Amino acid sequence: MSNPLHVNEDKKQGRFNLNKDFIDKYGDLTLLFFIMISVFAIMAIINPNVFLSQGMMLSIANQFPILGLLTLAMMFAMVSGGIDLSVVSTANLSAIMASIIMVQYIPADASAGVTTLYILLSIVCALLVGCVAGLFNGILVSVVGIPAIIVTLGTMQLYMGIALVLTKGKSIVGLPTIVSEVGAGTLFGIPFPLIIFIMFVIFSYFVLNLRDYGLKLQMTGSNPTASKFSGINVTSITIKAYVISGLLAAVAGLLMTAATNAAKADFGTTYLLQAILVAVMGGVNPYGGRGKVAGVVMAVITMQILSSGLGMLQVSNFFKDFMWGTVLIIVLLANLFYNKKISKLS
Amino acid sequence: MEPLIEMKEISKNFGGVKALENVNLTIYPGEVHCLAGENGCGKSTLIKVLSGVHTPDHGEIFINKKRYKRLHTQESIQEGIQVIYQDFSVFPNLTVKENLAMGYEMSNNKKLVNWKLFEKIAKQALETIDVDIDINEKVENLSVADKQLIAIARSLLFNARLIVMDEPTTALTDKEVQSLFNVISNLKRKGISILFVSHKLEEIFTIAERATILRNGKNVTEQLISELDTNQLIYHMTGREIKETTYESEFNENQKPLLKLKNFGLKYMFADVNLEIYPGDIVGVTGTLGSGRTELAEAIFGIAASDSGTMEINGEEAKIKNPRQAVKRKIVYVPEDRLTKGLILEQSIERNIIISTVENLLKKFRLISDNKVKNSVDYWIKNLGIVAKFPKRNVSVLSGGNQQKVVLSKWLASEPDILILNSPTVGVDIGSKEEIHEVIKEQARKGMGVILISDDIPELKQNCNKIVTMDKGKVISIDHISEYAMSR
Repeated sequence: MSNPLHVNEDKKQGRFNLNKDFIDKYGDLTLLFFIMISVFAIMAIINPNVFLSQGMMLSIANQFPILGLLTLAMMFAMVSGGIDLSVVSTANLSAIMASIIMVQYIPADASAGVTTLYILLSIVCALLVGCVAGLFNGILVSVVGIPAIIVTLGTMQLYMGIALVLTKGKSIVGLPTIVSEVGAGTLFGIPFPLIIFIMFVIFSYFVLNLRDYGLKLQMTGSNPTASKFSGINVTSITIKAYVISGLLAAVAGLLMTAATNAAKADFGTTYLLQAILVAVMGGVNPYGGRGKVAGVVMAVITMQILSSGLGMLQVSNFFKDFMWGTVLIIVLLANLFYNKKISKLS
Repeated sequence: MEPLIEMKEISKNFGGVKALENVNLTIYPGEVHCLAGENGCGKSTLIKVLSGVHTPDHGEIFINKKRYKRLHTQESIQEGIQVIYQDFSVFPNLTVKENLAMGYEMSNNKKLVNWKLFEKIAKQALETIDVDIDINEKVENLSVADKQLIAIARSLLFNARLIVMDEPTTALTDKEVQSLFNVISNLKRKGISILFVSHKLEEIFTIAERATILRNGKNVTEQLISELDTNQLIYHMTGREIKETTYESEFNENQKPLLKLKNFGLKYMFADVNLEIYPGDIVGVTGTLGSGRTELAEAIFGIAASDSGTMEINGEEAKIKNPRQAVKRKIVYVPEDRLTKGLILEQSIERNIIISTVENLLKKFRLISDNKVKNSVDYWIKNLGIVAKFPKRNVSVLSGGNQQKVVLSKWLASEPDILILNSPTVGVDIGSKEEIHEVIKEQARKGMGVILISDDIPELKQNCNKIVTMDKGKVISIDHISEYAMSR
């Protein structure tokens, strides 16, 4: 009996017919959703006055988009069957390119209109830098054929090196005030970084989960050989994944600059490992082939609620790390058991 | 004679599925016993009960009259039961002598390596089965057949009294099968029993003395092979009669060829292949390993492009450098290795069916249309009779036959002109095999050109109108089926 699973479909169908479609579509997400809600509820119960205040909500909404975008960037690389360790370096390099343009090229007496034009130019440049960085990663991974972890470990150093040379190791400051104003601003009461994040969540969702490209990317990530034998252009699919990863990283870099009003070669290096962990927690398969945008979003929000909540309780930073680690392990284990259950149910 | 092993009324359930139901198996010392049945009939489960991997829910096992309610793997090995699994469980990065002697020395609780002793043990082990393999060669450099012999030799070091071979001939060439059979006869003379698990009819008739046949987890019959004929055996295995057929192209020969190869070649692989495929043709290609038949197929499909000669598709010269171009030119390929090349196991049945045609299933903004996907998937599942009630489940849960039908439907959905199949029915049960043959013939009748690569000569005789024989990278003959039948 090589595999008994296909035999029992008949019997089980009746019993699980009702929620079969639901589990097929959202099975892996329900668990994450409940964890997110519980973490929120626990924090709200511990200190409702502070945690449920508008200030706290705004602070959460301002903070998680950067990690969120970096995690989405990581997700694309991981779904392709690789990893992108250069996301933070790419983000910083893009932010530095934008900052250099804004600081050095905007004439001192420029009008608001001219300044805005220059800022738009610098944003376009930053996004281009992100795409080129991703393209370079993608070519090394899929054309040259070096393992992604090695390639991006190298380019992580390379991009940071370029950034260090450009800035001589110092932060770039003195950006036009409009940058930090927009960065801290709101639209219809929604913080600007959150709006940007939502835009790119929708973008990622379309690309990964709704379009044919996303399907091919997932198939390629699961098994590049069989995908090639199915007539998929594995090389181009993989390169595109890294370009998207670079683009999302560049957007994260711009948000970092807007939040801090500065750019530096080694900003936010702790984001790297967090992005990998949150991606895995959000259901991205570390072996490639699977990833859902909704899962990543929920995972990022959960971790930010936890982080801000612990901050509110004034626990030490060491304990925060401990809690992060604990929650991540719990989610990974829960996912594992849950998935086993689901596969038995089939 | 006293039986060596008696398994009585063994039952085993997997979460409500009856994998085995009151199954009996009796093996006498020094006999070659065949355990036959289609895929999924419970053969593997029964072996795993015998080797101690699975605990039976019901039943008892007698080994030399000693009664066991269940066997632990250690007990099973101590009782002299050795299983040679399909992947042989050898260490590819170690040498032959290390593979042979290490487990033996470790089971004797030796902590240090004595190389001289290692050599002695290894040589003796190979001598017992009378084969000659360089003991200092790394196992990864050996052929599949030699790896298997290493595994057999190793099992003898553990005083095996019963060697279970789980589909041992799947990856062997005809010649290698012959030498494996010699080894088996050798073992038999030494009084060692063999449980030969297979669904290949010819082999069963060649090597086995008695057969236990399972179907759907139940005993069908236990009989001497000499009392059975092919049709009875097929009937016992499948529960239905399968008739012998032949195939003739209904298209006349004056048409333009769909595919024409002229002096087609690839360095070190194959050379000077001249071949024409007409609509309605099912061209069988056969030849031993190293004949270049797989390389030829993969060159046509663009996996490793040919470097000499020309290819014409519908009368136009074409160069195909990668599979994408081949698919665009309506040439598709069902690879030999279904599990790593044909299917993406971790993905759903549905996705595996639509993967090559997803571009035809889009709506606005290049979004995938769920409706079109569902229609296409439902159509192919129904059309090819794929047993899959949950198309969103991983394709890995399907049986071999259904998996192969998924690969076929992936390509048929792209409406190809030329379908190349490489050993499409290996590891597929007889029922599905027949259904796959029917699908191929039906497509050919509609005007498709088919290239069918196979080791299974009866398969080619039943389904092809032309047969190409290759050897060492050259085509040695192209016969019409009537000439082929007469020439052998």
